[in-house]
Amino acid sequence: MSGRSTHHGPGAAGHEAHMDPTTAREAATLGIWTFLATEVLLFGGLFTAYVIFRIKYPQMFYEDHLELNRILGAVNTVVLICSSLTVALGIAAIRKGKVMLLRFYLFLTILLAATFLVIKYFEYMEDFSKGLYPSTDIFFSLYFMMTGLHAVHVTAGITALATMLVLAFRGRFSADYHTPVEVTGLYWHFVDLVWIYLLPLLYLVG
Amino acid sequence: MKPEHGGYGIYLMVWVALLILTGLTVAVSYVHLGMMNVVVALLIASAKASLVALFFMHLRYESRLVWGFALTPIFFLALIIAGTLSDTLFR
Repeated sequence: MSGRSTHHGPGAAGHEAHMDPTTAREAATLGIWTFLATEVLLFGGLFTAYVIFRIKYPQMFYEDHLELNRILGAVNTVVLICSSLTVALGIAAIRKGKVMLLRFYLFLTILLAATFLVIKYFEYMEDFSKGLYPSTDIFFSLYFMMTGLHAVHVTAGITALATMLVLAFRGRFSADYHTPVEVTGLYWHFVDLVWIYLLPLLYLVG
Repeated sequence: MKPEHGGYGIYLMVWVALLILTGLTVAVSYVHLGMMNVVVALLIASAKASLVALFFMHLRYESRLVWGFALTPIFFLALIIAGTLSDTLFR
């Protein structure tokens, strides 16, 4: 995330960085997009493996995907989409200087992210009780690896969002300065993006 | 700051569109279309991904430079998948 910002009293107007505020903001934006590029390629390796093995074993992928709980997968998609909305609304609020509203939306986003993880936990338990493990076959290896790596990202997202919430409570953000919130928002939307592809590939068409 | 950034209204519209597309892709998955199932599912996923990137990630309002940073990894991912396939398919 962006480096430690300098001393900020509540409602401090300026952001005393080593560059002018606009340049600093642009640098932070490019920084997070660069990080997201490495993330695309991290997940990309698994997506590549998915494509190769799906072509090689279409029957296995078809039969195995029917074992997954499609409804819970869809519910979790809705949960993540809602959390993307709440973080976007939070950023729209702080752009207008509404700190209270930012705190509220950040809290809501964290709550939704936690809901996602709880649902995923129950899904994994259901899979295990059916005797489905990462070692079952290639489809389930990929399923657990991809959703597991995604869950790690959700957890990291919760940490980042919680950090933003604490900073918001300390009065660090204002209409003039809220770059860390924007950067965290971009990361959180990316986590949503990955799931948007995982849902159809794993749950819907196998 | 950029005043033309999307407001609450646009975000809500995008959210509703994302929910509708999610419902649609789940509904279609119950219909047996053969190969077309994959095509439809990926088209809907890409439509959703575009909405998230353009509006929630406000790529729509960003400079060409940021667009370059956003699209380059997609290009490399396509290269990796195509390159690997060209090997494994013709062994």
